[in-house]
Amino acid sequence: MTRRKIKLDFWFFVKAIVLVTLCLFIIYPFYTILTKSVFSSKVDGITLYNFERFFSKKYYYRTLIRSMVICSSTMVFSCIIGVFIAYVMTRFNVPGKNLLHVLIILSLMSPPFIGAYSWILLLGRNGLLAKLFGTIGLTAPTIYGRDGIIFVFTLHLFPYVYLYTSGAMNSIDASLEEAAENLGMNKFRRIMTITLPVVLPSILAGCVMVFMTCLADFGTPMLLGEGYTVLPVLVYNEYMSESATDPFMASALSVIIVACSLVMLGIQKLIIDKKNYTMSTLRPPKETQLHGFKRFATVFPVYLIVFLALLPQIVVVCQSFVERSFSGIVQGINLNNYRAILSRLGQNIFNTYSFSLVAIVFIVIFGILISYVLVRKKGKAASVIDTLIMFPYVIPGSVLGIGLIVAFNRKPIILVGTAAIMIISYIVRKLPYTVRSGSAFLYQMDPSVEEASINLGVSPMKTFFTLTARMMLPGVMSGAVLSWITCINELSSSIMLYSGNTSTIAVAIYQEVVRMSDGTAAALATILSVTTVASMLIVFRLTKGKVKIV
Amino acid sequence: MSNEVIIKNAVKRYGDFTALSDVSLHIKEGEFFTLLGPSGCGKTTLLRMIAGFNSIEGGEFFFGDKIINNVPAHKRDIGMVFQNYAIFPHLTVEENVAYGLKARGVKKPEIEKRVKEALDLVQILPLAKRKPSELSGGQQQRVALARAFVIEPSVLLMDEPLSNLDAKLRVQMRSIIKKLQRRLGITTIYVTHDQEEALAISDRIAVMNQGKVMQIGTPTEIYAKPENPFVAGFIGVSNFLNCEVTSCTEESARVSIKGELDIDIPVRRNYTGKAQISARPEQLFFSQEGMPGKVLFSTFLGDFIEYEIQLDDGQELIINEYTKDTTSMHDIGEKVFIRFDVARISLYDEGGEVLSK
Repeated sequence: MTRRKIKLDFWFFVKAIVLVTLCLFIIYPFYTILTKSVFSSKVDGITLYNFERFFSKKYYYRTLIRSMVICSSTMVFSCIIGVFIAYVMTRFNVPGKNLLHVLIILSLMSPPFIGAYSWILLLGRNGLLAKLFGTIGLTAPTIYGRDGIIFVFTLHLFPYVYLYTSGAMNSIDASLEEAAENLGMNKFRRIMTITLPVVLPSILAGCVMVFMTCLADFGTPMLLGEGYTVLPVLVYNEYMSESATDPFMASALSVIIVACSLVMLGIQKLIIDKKNYTMSTLRPPKETQLHGFKRFATVFPVYLIVFLALLPQIVVVCQSFVERSFSGIVQGINLNNYRAILSRLGQNIFNTYSFSLVAIVFIVIFGILISYVLVRKKGKAASVIDTLIMFPYVIPGSVLGIGLIVAFNRKPIILVGTAAIMIISYIVRKLPYTVRSGSAFLYQMDPSVEEASINLGVSPMKTFFTLTARMMLPGVMSGAVLSWITCINELSSSIMLYSGNTSTIAVAIYQEVVRMSDGTAAALATILSVTTVASMLIVFRLTKGKVKIV
Repeated sequence: MSNEVIIKNAVKRYGDFTALSDVSLHIKEGEFFTLLGPSGCGKTTLLRMIAGFNSIEGGEFFFGDKIINNVPAHKRDIGMVFQNYAIFPHLTVEENVAYGLKARGVKKPEIEKRVKEALDLVQILPLAKRKPSELSGGQQQRVALARAFVIEPSVLLMDEPLSNLDAKLRVQMRSIIKKLQRRLGITTIYVTHDQEEALAISDRIAVMNQGKVMQIGTPTEIYAKPENPFVAGFIGVSNFLNCEVTSCTEESARVSIKGELDIDIPVRRNYTGKAQISARPEQLFFSQEGMPGKVLFSTFLGDFIEYEIQLDDGQELIINEYTKDTTSMHDIGEKVFIRFDVARISLYDEGGEVLSK
């Protein structure tokens, strides 16, 4: 009887700590934003002044419209590209299939704003391609403004749709389509009546991911917008701009962004969760062998898109070795950019890796405990944790950043300007990756394995630490490496939270780009890219190629 | 300590659903006892309550004279074989089998010796160093078995251990399990939904349905004398016929079947009114007179012929006629008369309680 009590107490303890932590660093900051949003420096007492202003002034409300335009267009284009590539990759003999898959994942995991920066190098003013077009007397399409943002977003985010869709397509048992064929359906109608409906929930889930990521992303529209201001950029401007800082308005804007994400998430819950098919795949779908021109015509677009998606990485790496004078003239190919950042921005590099490392340690510990609670200790507390854990998906980084600042810039807890607040924002925002992969792994692990251990005389606690946690580790680690990658590449909350000596590589890249110091920015971005690729390779090793990003 | 298992009035509820209502069992030391029933009857629930993985809402569970209701699962000293084997995937075969011994603090040389013996008993000693992923289903099953009995538990529990094996292997493993249990003399509680398996392997069987024990008995008792229509229908094949007991003594009941045939069935108590007969296909036979019917279909199965007979009111019966007892087969459409082996068929009153002796 006493043993039983102790066991209950341990998990009670875990749940309590997790709940308190999540409330303190997710709910409390957001609550503070909510309360701030109904005050204003111009009006006394509780007021909807900020919201009225937002919806009546074009300067404000057009950002919402623009955000919606950007997000929906990106979603549609990503959907088309993602589904197309997923279909080709799962159903035809694409040469170098596995490598392509890895490359697509790499392009998704690369720092989001590097795409924008790199395309500026190519198609921006003084851009490489822009000049090339100029010499042959053509005007290159501009990368700035609405279309450029959609273009860069689409190339960066279509992998979400691809990953969701190809996952689903691979899990359709071949006999399903064979049954339809056997019942007299032609190929096109088979796709329309069987394949598509079955994978539709996954496609939609991918689309929602694209939409939400677009809505929350700050770096790309900030670099490319040039006056085409979207919501997250407006939040940043309202909060950070030296001329007119208005934390109340920024809070109101944050509330509006979160509301948009919530609506999207609600739609997802409504249409996707109802239609989720679980299939037992005995035989994976068969691959159609194409030959000659047909094969080329099918494969070429896939290669082209993947090439375009990876182009920013390549450009950045090349650029990092090019030394330029202040006016942009090439001085030579050397390592001066790297020398420059080591002498000037060594602190940023150290910060990026040390903050992320500390965050990851916490993420792994929390990840294992939380996924265990979610899967094996179901109950009220677990479902509250489950909801809270997913909250950072809805709250854009910049909003969480503002939330943490307004919540912890006064007594009793003052964290603003410290490394702790950066690390905390990393932990809460990136924890979901690890919890997802950990709980996915646990769901696959039959509880009878743990029961067998308990049955053989090992106490439940000891079973958890020696058997369950040990078996979960590979699953959790692959999620943790993904968390790590997104930590080192984190920009949108870091840019809100950093102070002089807690700045990171991502923040520095952003600042260098704004200062038109392309060389150093490229060198910094290369460091991030190389770390990302190396980390991804670890993930592939850990998961034996079956990486799950989503 | 005696290794009998006594369950008194066990109750299990999931919300409003009662998974087990008032189940009492007395499993003797060294007995091979099977819980048999359709899926959802509560047999696995009961087994997991014994193992300590399901909470006990009501009733008392004893190992010998020791009550175990509040003993945590890892202290109950029970071996268990899981339906999916639950082999630890990251440990080798011998590490899997040694796991429980380590937990008990057994000395290393002793562990080695006992693991070796156990693996030898289930005939997989050559596979000792392998990882579970390199084993076939049947081999994993043997590991699970060895792991469960190597700790010399007071009770061995098995939850549908053969359901993931193919038919041939199932029969083979069945006899290995049975022989092993005999040899080690471990009190064993076995769960299955396969009646043939239960009849073949058990010393005694508890047939369960909807959270209740319908009958407890040896395989022959349960087959020959089903105590209620559920058991009659679940074990083997039975023909059910509505009838009426028109008159009755303490010894014998006169039963009228569909007003067409009157038979006398030996009974254990007095009853008149609506009743039900259950007759196995081999407890019916053709005769010159009796219940009239016609042959719908016949299947020659070697040692016997299976006939589908349609009675005049449309009801269909199955009758087995042994090849050795006959010289020719009845034709389809042929008119026949059926009689009952009154000493063997079962008779139930309107509430499903058994009347026949």
